[in-house]
Amino acid sequence: MNNLIEINKLHFQRQGRSIFQEVDITIPRGKVTAIMGPSGTGKTTLLRLIGGQLYPNKGHILVDGQDVHQLSRQELYKLRKRMGMLFQTGGLFTHLNVFENVAFPLREHTQLSEAMIRSLVLIKLEMVGLRGARDLMPSELSGGMGRRVALARAIALDPDLIMYDEPLSGQDPITMGVLLRLIRTLNDTLGLTTIIVSHDVQETLQIADHVYVIADGHLIGQGTAQSIKQDGSEQLQQFIHGYPDGPVPFHYPARAWDRDLLEGGRV
Amino acid sequence: MIESISALGRSGTDAVRQYGKAGLLLLGVLCHVPNLRKGFPLVLQQIYAEGVLSLLIIVVSSLFIGMVVALQGYHTLVKFGASAQLGPLVALSVARELGPVVTALLFAGRAGSALTAEIGLMKATDQLSSMEMMAIDPLRRVLAPRLWGGFISMPLLTLIFNAVAIYGAYLVGVKWLGLDAGAFWSNMQSSVDFHSDVLNGIYKSIVFGFVVTWIALHQGYDVNPTSAGIANATTRTVVYSSLAVLGLDFVLTAMMIGGW
Repeated sequence: MNNLIEINKLHFQRQGRSIFQEVDITIPRGKVTAIMGPSGTGKTTLLRLIGGQLYPNKGHILVDGQDVHQLSRQELYKLRKRMGMLFQTGGLFTHLNVFENVAFPLREHTQLSEAMIRSLVLIKLEMVGLRGARDLMPSELSGGMGRRVALARAIALDPDLIMYDEPLSGQDPITMGVLLRLIRTLNDTLGLTTIIVSHDVQETLQIADHVYVIADGHLIGQGTAQSIKQDGSEQLQQFIHGYPDGPVPFHYPARAWDRDLLEGGRV
Repeated sequence: MIESISALGRSGTDAVRQYGKAGLLLLGVLCHVPNLRKGFPLVLQQIYAEGVLSLLIIVVSSLFIGMVVALQGYHTLVKFGASAQLGPLVALSVARELGPVVTALLFAGRAGSALTAEIGLMKATDQLSSMEMMAIDPLRRVLAPRLWGGFISMPLLTLIFNAVAIYGAYLVGVKWLGLDAGAFWSNMQSSVDFHSDVLNGIYKSIVFGFVVTWIALHQGYDVNPTSAGIANATTRTVVYSSLAVLGLDFVLTAMMIGGW
């Protein structure tokens, strides 16, 4: 099977608000797939749906041929061992140091000896360039370092799939460069399948093999980075180039301007 | 009119939903009895965090409470020429009521609020979600050891409270006010029944420990993951726990005295 994930006719509602309507997405194996869209379109929600933390109202999500939402708890946990997820906040355990954070999934899921765990953790930390920071606490790390540690932890169990939730947001250009290189390199060298959720358009397009753009609960564009850049859709172009006005208006809806002015001092 | 009725209905269903969630959480946590290799060290850590770290406030408070009860009791008893009964007065008040209740109230303020804040923060910073995505159940790994830790710590703290409060009363009654030490201790010994006074107090503390920790865990796990949400949840933990402790104390006392 060429696709690791297949999402068919996904509907999802939260608090009466429709987040996804009839969304179809396929994530090809071994590739970096970017899912982009304006804030609040449900990109993070999509990752939680794939990970089985949320349930869709309709539709199916198949991961490696298994319907995530039909699995028993035990089967879901077994599947999750093959997924790594990097949360926007990093999600590092604040009471454990860098080494113990990366060792955590190994200690929980394996019976490896302490020497073996040490070697594995150091290998993972070396991959993200933070072997020297193994004794630091999460509070002593910069934002970018924290995400790299979380990345090392996410690949600790050698997953097939890794999902990044806004890995680049709020990072300086050097950190962004480091993270982009890591995402691409880890995908290629470890043979992973990668999903990046982001609204850092230009940076994400640099490394994505395939791109989906979601807005207002629908897919508004998909294709390679090049084809997305050249797409004629006005909505897509506004998002890609960051135009301040367009299908997403600059002005918040209000009544007529002249009526507001003519009412004088009344509020 | 219709709106206010529907608002009343909504708040009613919300309250029932909260009870349901708390019940499911408890069920999930109770299903995870800690195993010896991985679970026991976690429970020990929690006994330290919830029990040992609460010791200072428990010891200091109990010392002063014992001293105050002795002082007040002495001045009342002496009017009836019954100052020799100070020992039983203090011991019975402390073992039956003050020990379990005040310990539970202090425990809710010190350990309960800390538990809620800790778990709420873990939720707000995606630590619980990352654990779930690592195929590790937070109920087993985070919540269960905390519940068992509170359950075990509370009766031990109550015993320490009782002992220190009685010592405080001894300091005031015997060392300061000049009561006879032999009369103080022997009257206490002959009046306090191990089963109906001391053990019943400990049973109460076991129930309180369980309820306070459960409320704290539920408030933390169900928190709205923002700074304001965590602050509100912490306040709710202290308020709900205190009310639950005082309400349950009446029910348990009625059951024990009524011989249910």
